[in-house]
Amino acid sequence: MSRSGWVRSLGATSSSVLVTLFGLILITFLIGRVMPIDPVIAIVGDHAPPDVIERVRVELALDRPLPVQFWIYVRNLLHGDLGRSVMTSNTVLADIGHFFPATMELATVAILGATLVGVPLGVLAAVRQGHRIDHIVRVVCLTGQSVPIFLLGLLALLVFYATLGWAPGTGRQDVIYQGDVAPMTGLLTVDALIAGNWDALWDALAHLVLPASVLAYFSMAYITRMTRSFMLEALHGEYIITARAKGLSPLRVIWRHAFGNIAVRLVTVLALTYAGLLEGAVVTETIFSWPGLGQYLTVSLLNADMNAVLGATLIIGMTYLALNLGADLLYRLLDPRAQ
Amino acid sequence: MSAARPVTWRGWLLTETPSSRRQAAWGRRYRMWLAFSSNPVAMLGLVLTVLLFLCAAAAPLLATHDPAAQDLANRLAKPTAAHWFGTDELGRDVYSRVMYGSRVTLGMVLAVVLTAGPVGLAIGCMAGYFGGWADRVLMRVTDIFLAFPRLILALAFVAAIRPGITSTVAAIALTAWPPIARLARAETLTIRNTDYIAAMRLTGAGPFRIILRHVAPLCLDSLIVRVTLDMSAIILTAAALGFLGMGVQPPSPEWGAMVATARRFILEQWWVPTIPGLAIFVAALAFNLLGDGVRDVLDPKQR
Repeated sequence: MSRSGWVRSLGATSSSVLVTLFGLILITFLIGRVMPIDPVIAIVGDHAPPDVIERVRVELALDRPLPVQFWIYVRNLLHGDLGRSVMTSNTVLADIGHFFPATMELATVAILGATLVGVPLGVLAAVRQGHRIDHIVRVVCLTGQSVPIFLLGLLALLVFYATLGWAPGTGRQDVIYQGDVAPMTGLLTVDALIAGNWDALWDALAHLVLPASVLAYFSMAYITRMTRSFMLEALHGEYIITARAKGLSPLRVIWRHAFGNIAVRLVTVLALTYAGLLEGAVVTETIFSWPGLGQYLTVSLLNADMNAVLGATLIIGMTYLALNLGADLLYRLLDPRAQ
Repeated sequence: MSAARPVTWRGWLLTETPSSRRQAAWGRRYRMWLAFSSNPVAMLGLVLTVLLFLCAAAAPLLATHDPAAQDLANRLAKPTAAHWFGTDELGRDVYSRVMYGSRVTLGMVLAVVLTAGPVGLAIGCMAGYFGGWADRVLMRVTDIFLAFPRLILALAFVAAIRPGITSTVAAIALTAWPPIARLARAETLTIRNTDYIAAMRLTGAGPFRIILRHVAPLCLDSLIVRVTLDMSAIILTAAALGFLGMGVQPPSPEWGAMVATARRFILEQWWVPTIPGLAIFVAALAFNLLGDGVRDVLDPKQR
């Protein structure tokens, strides 16, 4: 594809992303409008006098037609206004800014772990296709795809925290370290590293291990399967036969020739898996009392805190969209065939 | 039919020269079954799935207790001869609740598949067959629904209506149709310009007749693979919704909700939340194994 063709396809992608984004906002808006919770009552309470209820209704523009309400919703969004959370009485945007880094930290450590284990496992299974190790990897993957993440989390707590005492309990850090490290990035490990507080860093890492492993297992299964199937395809290529016939060492053929060819597609898979982790994070955070966006979402749901639910849903949807777009762009940048 | 009919059923099914369309069709099915049944992992999946459906069908016969009967004097009991899986926080028999829970879970899975499957197939086939604007609009809508992580969209949707079994099914179906539609569209695109479809068009068949009778049936193979593999994801999403308190509500013996209510006993009476969790695992595993086997038979390319 020529340079101008590349620009045109980029333009098509970004316009389709804009349409998807618009749809995302529309769906969140509509979900908010059909909710059985009256947003006015949620703010002023059950016993407010009728004139107060009427005033708030007008203030929230709930007396206007639906398209006008949607227009106001979009306008507020563009100003970064997601409304106020009834539960925390902060703006939803501030809340999300507070909780999002915890989820990011958890998901990033999980994807790193899943990649470091999953990719070599997938390559190994493909190279030894049909052998015992391939079957073992298959069982490990099928288990990972079938086990409910909350069961895994509960059992991990039972075994590694309660029985063996290897891991600290739930939460992000020990009480004694609370407020010890000045928040800069919101990522506890990075903040502790910047502050040079090694004890706090160690504590934060120790708290990360269990939830991140549980989350990682869930995505590792997928990464391994994809790596295996890509590798199998690559290993059957004629260039591999040529490389082998030239007398190159098996390791060099596997890693340099076959793996080198699937690396780009694998990056796409990793980006998509990373996006999928947002979903697993909701359940994992609930189990491990991890103060992230997932827990914020579920607690808001149970408390019928509408603005918070919609804000969190929208932000997660947008992150998901951004990661998908990132995967697409990476693929185009890295794979010459796509250009 | 002058050719001598082979004596055995097997011979009739496996003949290289079928004398009727029915014989050819059954022969094809029988060969698939032979391929499927030679795969022990797939057979394990099939056996587990059949057992699950048997549990659901015969739950009243298999259960040893009334799943709702409380016995507060005997709370959180260990597994014994009277209570095979012990009792929960209200003294209800966990084994009987797990048996009845299979009805809830399988019922939800079937309901989701029966709504999302046809909807996804119809949208995908129409988008692929008509092309142009219809395709662009339908696929854009599909993309919007794909832009949400599944569980998140389902959570927000359930919050918008009211948690319960119907809204759980609706929420999961809402997230299950878009991948099916994408798949059906891709299949339709390969079929749309073939000669036999052109021939149908020349005989005067309308577009909907062509889609319904000639395009959709050809999409079914890959659809079945996709749906079977998706069933385990549906089970896990439904369980996660139940676990988060946004799915089927207690006292209904839904496995995810059972884990949620018994969650606080994990450190002391660990079997109470673990057993329903294992039931979810077995159900999801069964459909994963079955789906893998079905894929190897119907769609060997994807292996």
